[in-house]
Order: sequence, then C-alpha cells, then structure tokens
Amino acid sequence: MSDVAAYEPPPSKPLGLGARLHCWWTIFRIALEERLAYRGDFALGTLMRFLPVITQIFLWWAIFESVSGGSDSGRMVGYSFHDMIAYYLLSMLGRAFSSMPGLASNVSKQIRDGEIKKYLIQPIDMIGFLWLARAAHKVAYYTVSTLPFALLFFLCRGYFTQGWPDPSVLLAFVISLLLAFALGFLMDLCIGLIGFWFLEVSSLLFVYMLLNFFLSGHMFPLDLLPSPWNEIVQFLPFKYLAYFPAAVFLGKVPADQLWFEIGLEFAWLIVLIVAARVLYARGLRRYSGYGG
Amino acid sequence: MAIIEIENLSKSYRVYQKREGLMAAIRGLVHREYRQVDAVRGIDLKVEQGEFVAFLGPNGAGKTTTLKLLSGVIYPSGGSCKVMGFVPWERSNEYRSRFALVMGQKNQLWWDLPSQESFRLHQQIYRIDASQFQKTLDELTELLGVRKLLGRPVRELSLGERMKMELIAALLHSPEILFLDEPTIGLDVVAQHNIQQFLRFYQEQRKITILLTSHYMKDIAALCRRVVVINDGAIKFDGSLSEVVDNFSSTRLVRLRLADGELATGIESIAEVESIELPKVTLRCQRLQVARVLTEALNRFQIEDVAVEDPPLEEVISKLFHDTRGPEQSSETAKAEVQS
Repeated sequence: MSDVAAYEPPPSKPLGLGARLHCWWTIFRIALEERLAYRGDFALGTLMRFLPVITQIFLWWAIFESVSGGSDSGRMVGYSFHDMIAYYLLSMLGRAFSSMPGLASNVSKQIRDGEIKKYLIQPIDMIGFLWLARAAHKVAYYTVSTLPFALLFFLCRGYFTQGWPDPSVLLAFVISLLLAFALGFLMDLCIGLIGFWFLEVSSLLFVYMLLNFFLSGHMFPLDLLPSPWNEIVQFLPFKYLAYFPAAVFLGKVPADQLWFEIGLEFAWLIVLIVAARVLYARGLRRYSGYGG
Repeated sequence: MAIIEIENLSKSYRVYQKREGLMAAIRGLVHREYRQVDAVRGIDLKVEQGEFVAFLGPNGAGKTTTLKLLSGVIYPSGGSCKVMGFVPWERSNEYRSRFALVMGQKNQLWWDLPSQESFRLHQQIYRIDASQFQKTLDELTELLGVRKLLGRPVRELSLGERMKMELIAALLHSPEILFLDEPTIGLDVVAQHNIQQFLRFYQEQRKITILLTSHYMKDIAALCRRVVVINDGAIKFDGSLSEVVDNFSSTRLVRLRLADGELATGIESIAEVESIELPKVTLRCQRLQVARVLTEALNRFQIEDVAVEDPPLEEVISKLFHDTRGPEQSSETAKAEVQS
C-alpha cells in the first residue's frame, strides 16, 4: 500500500485572508463587468423604474383629496399626505436594496438545466458566489440610479416635513437598508432553491412576489392594516424589505425599541442563512443532475 | 493502487411516470406514479494513472451518469468509489481543485464576457499562482491556436472555438484527472480533428488520466487505447479497441477492383456480396474464409487491386450494443416499480 500515499491530498494550505479577498474581488468585478455588457438596456431599465413614482404621487393625492377635501390636515392612521409620499419614496429606496430581480428564477433555471454543476465541480460555494454577483449587480444599479434618486428626493424634499432624523436613527436606517439587501437576497434564494423539489417555481414565485408586494409595505404603510393583520405582519420578515427602513427614517419606530428591532432583524438574518444552507444541502442530496 | 477505483457503484433515479391524455394528467395531480430507472447497475472499474479511457455506449446507457458520479455532482444509490483517494460526492475542495469536467453541451464560461475574464476567475477560484497561470494560458492558447480570440465575448465565438476555450478553462489548474463528456459533439470535422490532436498531445505530455465519452468512433480510435463498453448501466466489455473488433466482428470485407471491361457475373457464388459498383466489388466473408475467397476471385476474374479490411467501426459497435443489450432491457418496464 506504499503508493497509496501518491494520491493522498496534499496538506491543505490555510487560506490567507488576502487570497480570499482577492478571489471575492475578482468574482465581484467580473459580475459587474457582465452587468455592464448591455449598458443601454440596463440604463433604460433602471430609469424606467422611476416612472411609477409620478402615478403613485397622484394616486395618494386623489385618495387624500377624497378623504379630507384637499386640506393637508387629513390623516390616515397617523400619516398625512406629505408623510405618505415621504414614506413611498423611502420604501422605494428600501426596495432598491431588497428587490432581487431574476434571482429566484435564475437559480431554479440553473437547477433545472444542470448549469448548477459548475458550482459543484469547482472549489467554490454557490451561495457565496451568488451573493457576490448580486452585490455587484446592486452596485451597478446604484451607479446608474444614484443620480435620479438624488434628484427625485431633492424635488420631493418638501414632503419630508420633519427634516433629517437624528444621527443614531440615520445609522439604524443605513443598517436596515443593508440588512434589507441581505434578507431580500436570502428570501429570493430560498424560493429559487425550492427548484430542487419542484422543477418549475414560476407560479410559486408569483405568489411570493404578490405577498411580498403587500406584506413588505411596498404598496402602503403596514400601519394602515387593521388589527390583527397589523400585528401579524410585524412578526413576518417581509416588513424589513420596504416598510421597516422607511419607518425608521420617519421616526415611526419608537427610539427605545429601535435597536431591539434591528436586533430582531439580525435574528431573521441568521434564521434565513440557516434556512438557505439547509435547503441547499438537502436539495443537493435530492438533485440527480437533470438535463444531461 | 489505481487512481480511480469503482466498486459495485449504482445509481437509480425515480422518475415521474406521465401518462397520456388529459384525464391521466388530472389523476396525476393526486396520485403520482413513479418509475425507477437504474441508470448504473453495480459497475466495477479500475483506472490507472495516465490512462486514456473511452466510455462507449448508446444514449441512455449510463456513461454520463458514471461521469457525474465520478465528479461528485450526484450521489450514488449504492457502492463505493475512490478517485485519488477521495470520495467524489463529499466534494472536498482539495478534490475539486484536482480534477476537471468538460461537458460538450454545457458551458462554464461567462456568456457575455471575453473568455479571458472567465480564465482570470478560474485563476482565483483555483488559486493558481500568477506566473504559473500565465505560462499555462500561453501554452494552451498556443496549442489550440486561439490567442486572438481571448478578448472576444464568448457569445460571439463559434461552437468549435468555444469548445477550445472550455478546454482551456478546464485545464488551467492542471488537473490530474479530466472527465470529458462528448467534447466534440456538434463540431465540424476540422474542429473535431483539432481537438483530438490537442487532447492526444496534452495527454502524452502531461500523462494525466482522461475518461472520455463520445459517439464519434473517430475520437475513440484516435485517442483511446482502452475502451469500456457500457450498456444498460453495466460494463459489457473492457479492453482495447482492436479486441472489440476481434470479439464482436467475425467477418472481413474484401474489396476488389476489377480490370476494365470485366463483368462481375457469378461473383456471388464466391462470397456474400456487399456492394457492386463496377469496377469496384465488395464481398463479405468469415475471417477464416478470406484466403479461399481471394484465391477464387483471382482465378475467375481479372483483378487490378485487392484490399482486405475489418468492417467499419460503427458497424461493429452497433452490433456490440445490440448484442450486449441482454434480456434486462426488454424487462425494464416490467421491473418498473410503481410507487405513489
């Protein structure tokens, strides 16, 4: 058995942080380049997302008009017309972090047509890889959309009646935006990974997006929901995708609860990471290499 | 110890049995019937370091499933397998950085980016030292003649060029084992030939172990000294290509070129006639009859040229596939396990 040693794995070198970062950076850079391959389409698509803003402002204006007869004194569960527009703009910002166009459908497609093999035969982790690629997509998106966003907020500055929040609230806001990215990524990824069991997830994805639209607070502030729905949605992770960052900025989250809420969001992050990991590991067990 | 050791390896899939018709489809919503497909049924195989082995078999024989098991993409239903001392489906990073899998119908390169970018990514993923990387890349692009194409987006490459890039991507980290699944599928003759030449040269230089599946006999004849015939998920034959011909073909073709104006009347009395396109006549006979057939033909006809050949490889192989099907194939449906 002396020649057995010939096929023993060489002692694995402990991976330096530098090498790891370099690898991550390469993945990130290449994903970014790929995103910019179709510049025109990408820029147009990004800008088009701003169009609904105008219709939304008109819609809320019409609603408040009919409720209160045009005066700004009209309120809906603590939201004036101005608050509502400010909320809408902020929830849009939250969505800019948490929405993951194409992630779930891409993952399930890769499972279906066997492209996932690439992550299995190369020494990389699929979830980590997708995370970096998605972060790069987001960065590409922000480079195009920062200017329009800034312009939009500048034009609509009048709606923010309370001015800038405290620095600590602002910090919590920034954290909640970053966490919105993480939670949005993980939730979409989990839906995509369900593709291991049902090869087609598009109808599931549709239900998820619909739920997401209502339960994240993208359509209206969650406080508008009557009891017990209001309490229920507060216990779901969807609210962190749009409602929560906006509520933090607008001071709707009481100061004494703010950091507790952020802690809760972290707890959801852990839960979702575990869920994604379990789904992935179980799914691979099930995976039988579809598509030749 | 062999570099690849497979013992009694098997893999069964459970596939949803669809029945025809709307009613059946509706019934399928509540009560699903599954059928068990035994893609690989207990194979034993040993491959030594430096061998170039071809897996041969009809579609659905279990070749690709075997390669997938060896590369750890799927888990087996039973049996064991060690590759370089690793269990493939544990997918340890050490194992994954020491082999490569290339599938002719899948691509690993980034579609919208130049191949160069994908190669850079591989450099990082496999942690290839920068100077080593440049050296290997230069060497491979030189051999395959694709240096000028490095900067072109993959989507703009032809199928043959893309395959070459796939091969480069797979070889950058100097794998010790290479699994090739139909590497020349869909390529034109020139591109096929280029890739064959490259593979042969590379394998001879580096002495790496290569397992290849292909439908093109030319690939196999050009590259592999050892042929493993898989059919019905089991190994039916393991040996050299010439042994395949010896074992599965008992006949020879005798090609004759008759002199000008000579007619082939009565030639069928000498041996079975394969074709007559005057002045060419092809006869088929048992191997031991060749001498008799030749003597009789030379005695009775004016002949300018003579050649004795083995039947075309394709013919031998298709006979081999047919002969090795065995009774299992026909009873497969009977064996189908109905589960709900």
